Formats: sequence, C-alpha cells, structure tokens
Amino acid sequence: MNIHEYQAKQIFAKYGVPTPRGIVANTPKQAVANAHELGGKVWVVKAQIHAGGRGLGGGVKLARSIIEVEQLASEILGMTLVTHQTGPEGKLVEKVYIEEGADIKDELYLGIVLDRAKEMPVIMASTEGGMDIETVAHNTPEKIIKVAVDPAIGFQGFHGRELAFGLGLAKEEQGKFIKFAAALYKVYMENDAEMIEINPLIKTASGDFLALDGKMGFDDSALGRHQDIEDMRDISEEDADEREASQYGLSYISLDGEIGCMVNGAGLAMGTMDTINYMGGTPANFLDVGGKANAETVAKGFEIILKNPNVKAIFVNIFGGIVRCDRIANGILEATKLVNVHVPVIVRLDGTNAPEAAEILRNANIPNVIAATDLADGAAKAVAAAKGE
Amino acid sequence: MSILVNKDTKVIVQGFTGKEGSFHAEQCLAYGTKIVGGVTPNKGGDVHLGQPVFNTVKEAVDATAATVSMIFVPPAFVADAVMEAAAAGIELAVVITEGAPVRDMQAAKSFATKHGMMTIGPNCPGIITAEECKIGIMPGSIFKKGHVGLISKSGTLTYEGANQVCKEGFGITTAVGIGGDPIIGLSYKQLLQMFQEDDDTHAIVMIGEIGGDLEIQAAHYIKENITKPVVAFIAGQTAPKGKRMGHAGAIISGSAGTAAEKMAALEAAGVKVVVSPADIGKAVAEVLAK
Repeated sequence: MNIHEYQAKQIFAKYGVPTPRGIVANTPKQAVANAHELGGKVWVVKAQIHAGGRGLGGGVKLARSIIEVEQLASEILGMTLVTHQTGPEGKLVEKVYIEEGADIKDELYLGIVLDRAKEMPVIMASTEGGMDIETVAHNTPEKIIKVAVDPAIGFQGFHGRELAFGLGLAKEEQGKFIKFAAALYKVYMENDAEMIEINPLIKTASGDFLALDGKMGFDDSALGRHQDIEDMRDISEEDADEREASQYGLSYISLDGEIGCMVNGAGLAMGTMDTINYMGGTPANFLDVGGKANAETVAKGFEIILKNPNVKAIFVNIFGGIVRCDRIANGILEATKLVNVHVPVIVRLDGTNAPEAAEILRNANIPNVIAATDLADGAAKAVAAAKGE
Repeated sequence: MSILVNKDTKVIVQGFTGKEGSFHAEQCLAYGTKIVGGVTPNKGGDVHLGQPVFNTVKEAVDATAATVSMIFVPPAFVADAVMEAAAAGIELAVVITEGAPVRDMQAAKSFATKHGMMTIGPNCPGIITAEECKIGIMPGSIFKKGHVGLISKSGTLTYEGANQVCKEGFGITTAVGIGGDPIIGLSYKQLLQMFQEDDDTHAIVMIGEIGGDLEIQAAHYIKENITKPVVAFIAGQTAPKGKRMGHAGAIISGSAGTAAEKMAALEAAGVKVVVSPADIGKAVAEVLAK
C-alpha cells in the first residue's frame, strides 16, 4: 500500500525527520487559508497523487502571492495529471498540499528499500537529488552510496558516517545528516515500510536538511498491526476492479490483451499468460482465484473479467490439487448460470479427478464451453477462439 | 535416495489442532509421512489424529526426537513459531502460511540460521519425496517416484511441472516449493547443490518468477557447480512492471527482476530454458535423452 506525500510527511514529523511546514487542502479557499496560516512570502502548491513525476506534469507550482496560491490551487485541483507513472489516462487531483517555500542550496537523494539478496534494509543516498534514481543507477552507479543495515544491530554511527562521507558532506553538516538518516531508518522499521524515498532531500542556506518530498510504500502483510497507516488508504488511488476482486479473495490485474485468464495459483496464472503470448495471443488479465476455486469465486472471476470490453475469450486453467477437479467443473457450470458469459470459455482441468471433470463438462454440453486436455491445448484453443476461429 | 526428507523423517506440526493444520496433517499421515506429534499451546496432553499434542516445540522434540516441523500458524505468529522451532533444535522448518510480514521473516531467518536450522517457505506448498514423505499441501498422487528433482517458487507450477515429468515417464525424487515471498529460507542455490549430490537425481527442474535475483544467483551457481542437466521456466514474461503478481515477491522493481534477464542468465549457464510451462515435461525428456 502506498500513501500520499503529505501523509508520509506526517509520519516523518512524528519521528523527527525534518520537513518544510505544510497543510493539505481540498479546495482553493482552504489552500488560501493554509497559506495564511503558514505565513511567509512563497508557497509551493503540490498535487497529491501517488504517482511520481508530478513536477514535470505540471502538478507542482511555486506561488509568490496569496492570489497566486488561489489561482494555482484552482488550476491543479480537479486537473487530470499525466506523468510517466500514471499512464496516458492520467490521475484526477483531489487534494493539494500547500507548503512553505524553502531556500534550496543543494539537492540530495535518500531512500530505504529491502535488499532482497542481502535480506536487510539498504539505505541509498546520492548527490544527484531531483533526478530519477533509476536513471542515476543506470548511467552513474558510482554516484549512489548503499549501506545495508542489519536490523539485529540497528542503525549505528558507522552507517551514518559511510553515508555522510560518501556524499562528501562538510564536517559541520555531518551530524545533522546522520541524525536525519537515523530517524528515517526508524520510520522504515517501526512502520513496516517496504520503501521510503526522499527525492529531493534538500540542504538549505542555513545548513539544515529537509525532506522536500516524501514517498512511502508499506508491506501489505504487516498492515494488520498498523491501523494508523491502514487509515491513510486512499481508495481513489487504487484500481476499482483489483480492489473488488481482492474483497473476494481473488488477485486480479488488468492488462491490455484479448484473452481473459482465470487460474489457480499466482505462478501458474503468470505461466498461463506467458503461454498465451507464446502461442500468438494476448492476455487480458492476471487472475489468481487462489486455493478455493468454487462456484462463487469462479462466478465473481467471470464477472470481473467480462467488465473488460476487449475480452474475446476466457481461458480457465485450473490444476486441482486438494480441491478436486470434478467439484471445480460443477462450480464452473453453476457460475455460467449465475453470470451471462457471452464469449467462448476454454476450460482445462488437470490433477485430482480430472477425467471425472471432463465427463461433467461433456455431459453439460454448454455450447460456448470448450474442454481442453492440457495447458498447451487450452492456450491454443483460447488463442484460436479469440481470433474467431 | 532423495534430499532433505524421506520415509524415516520424524515430523511435528506447529498449529496442529487448527483447521488448516488438522486437514493437511491428516493428508500427510495418509501419504505415509511420519508425523509423530504436534504443538498447540494449552492443548498439551491431548491426542489429535492419533498423535500426542504438546504445549511447546521443546517438549515435542524431547518426547519424539522429531527433526522437522511443518508450520501452519497464522501469519502474525509465523516468526515466533520459526524461532521456537530453531531454539528447540529442529533441523528443518517447513512454513506453509502465506502473508507473514517481511520484517518478521527477516528476523526469524536470521535467528534460524544462527541456530543451524534450515527453513523452507514461507508461502509455499512444502516438500515431498515421492512415495515416501509429504510435508505440505501438495496433492501427493501426482508425484511418482523417479529421478528428477524439482525446485519452484510457485505451488501450482510445482504440480504442473511434476505432472508433466511423470507423464513423460520420469518421476520425481524430491520436489521443493520454496515460496514466493521477498525473503525465503532455502533457495535454488542450496537445493541445486543437494540435488547435485543426490545420486538418484539425474536432472533438475527449476521454476522461477519475476522479482528479486535468486534465479540469477542460481544461474551463476549452475555454471560453476552443476553438472546434471537443468530445465528452467521463469513465470511473468508478460507481467507489467511495478505490479505485484499475486506473490508478495513477484514484482519487477524499476527495471530489475524481469523474466528476460533471468532467462538470459540461465541460458548463459547452459540451462535448457522453456518459454511456456507447457514444455517442461518435453524439455526434461530431451535433456535426459542426451
């Protein structure tokens, strides 16, 4: 789960990670009130959406007067912001963050992610603040300093010194920076974060370090013990179909092809998409119905798949293990009664009681349900059906 | 021969009396697995599925000399259960539970390693030595005894792969589902080494997916150390970037962890890489015919 910049900064503030002062607004009027409350002469009006690249897309603007705050807030609120991360359809802006202007002397990068190979969080810092870190990693990897922290010992002085010297910070800057990094590590660990990124982290003329931006993602498996973070969930940022599917224990991701897929198990679901692609078709979605493929979940799966108007055929690929195939076959038949499935459905059931399942499908004799003998056969039939063959 | 477990392996079940634990322990017993007891706090002294129940893993190990524990406790208690097993001297913990927090597994694995305990999973179907010992949730009937070792991050792809291998007439020595989480216990590398050393295993199937770099590490290891033929499939060639594909660890972050880079690394290591999982069985037949 991801959160907005303003929410990340609320968490930062709790842990003493310094940020410019700011207040979130839903209306231009509120934006003006916020600017008055913050005081000063310069404010930044920032669109609050989860995608990165907001500045380039026109979602972050500087205001030099209260009137300008109002103008910019009116412009940005309600706009559809398109960035390299939103896709061409863009994202509707419903909130703006009004932040005091900062006196930027230098821009750095600081982030924390899990290093899966080392099995520890790794802190990444760079002098190339404001740049896309993937690009920096690709073009000038030597400009990224990586320090892995073993949670068993936590953030130590030497971790901080490695980062500070790596960034070439002056002696009088080191203490403040190390304190900043230590606090950020605490934010990461105590909130079960999956990713934190501050880009840029700025050095001000007065020698302070401030998080000018803040991005956080969390380990979904740990949200059960962080109600405060769960409360920050913005469902307007999530795909409605993916969300609906998850409420029924289905894992769904929409893609841009023509063949709907319904599969048990994430690996086989990906493998099914790959096989369709290999045979010259295009998958319309990823859908893992999980270990409990029954009439209700299969019906829901059909419903969600068929919301996509591009779907020309559906491939149901189930490897029955503990759940017997004959029961799944009956579930599919029931599901076709619950949902009007108007495209060909290719069904491949393998594993426990597969012959009995084939028998059930044959006897039911539903015109648009086509039985397949194995994965390759099913994928080939689905590709042919989608092409109208 | 086989790796890690066989017909003599003594197994206890943590979360023995729970719904999932009971159901699958019963299936394992029916398969012939030597389940010698289980652990459920405050149910010590009970008898469940004909086996004794203990309050702690320590008591269970002392009484039964079990060396392996199959763990079915809820996600929030997985780390505690793994560490309890390690502290009690269990040699191998097989963690079936899905949805354990990453930070918990990090700590648990680190502690387990310190105590010399191996872990399989979490979020996995378990391990099976064909026709001898099943510790997990896989349908036992698919796995016919034979000479192919199988390592997979995915449950249903384990079944798919094993089924094809058996239909081609080769059979399985041991199949291990290593799980699809960001931090897992035993990985390809250690298991490849075990299969290399197992005389009964003549070929190895490894099934991977997008996310992380375990398959790349495996490719380097194969190049240097594995002389037996290896067949590989990597799931998620058509997966979009930045989307989590069902498994917690199956995500392409930025441009890292793609199927293409893993397939290229494995091919460079001399592995027979198939583009579709439908070709696993045929590929095994091909490499074993050589």
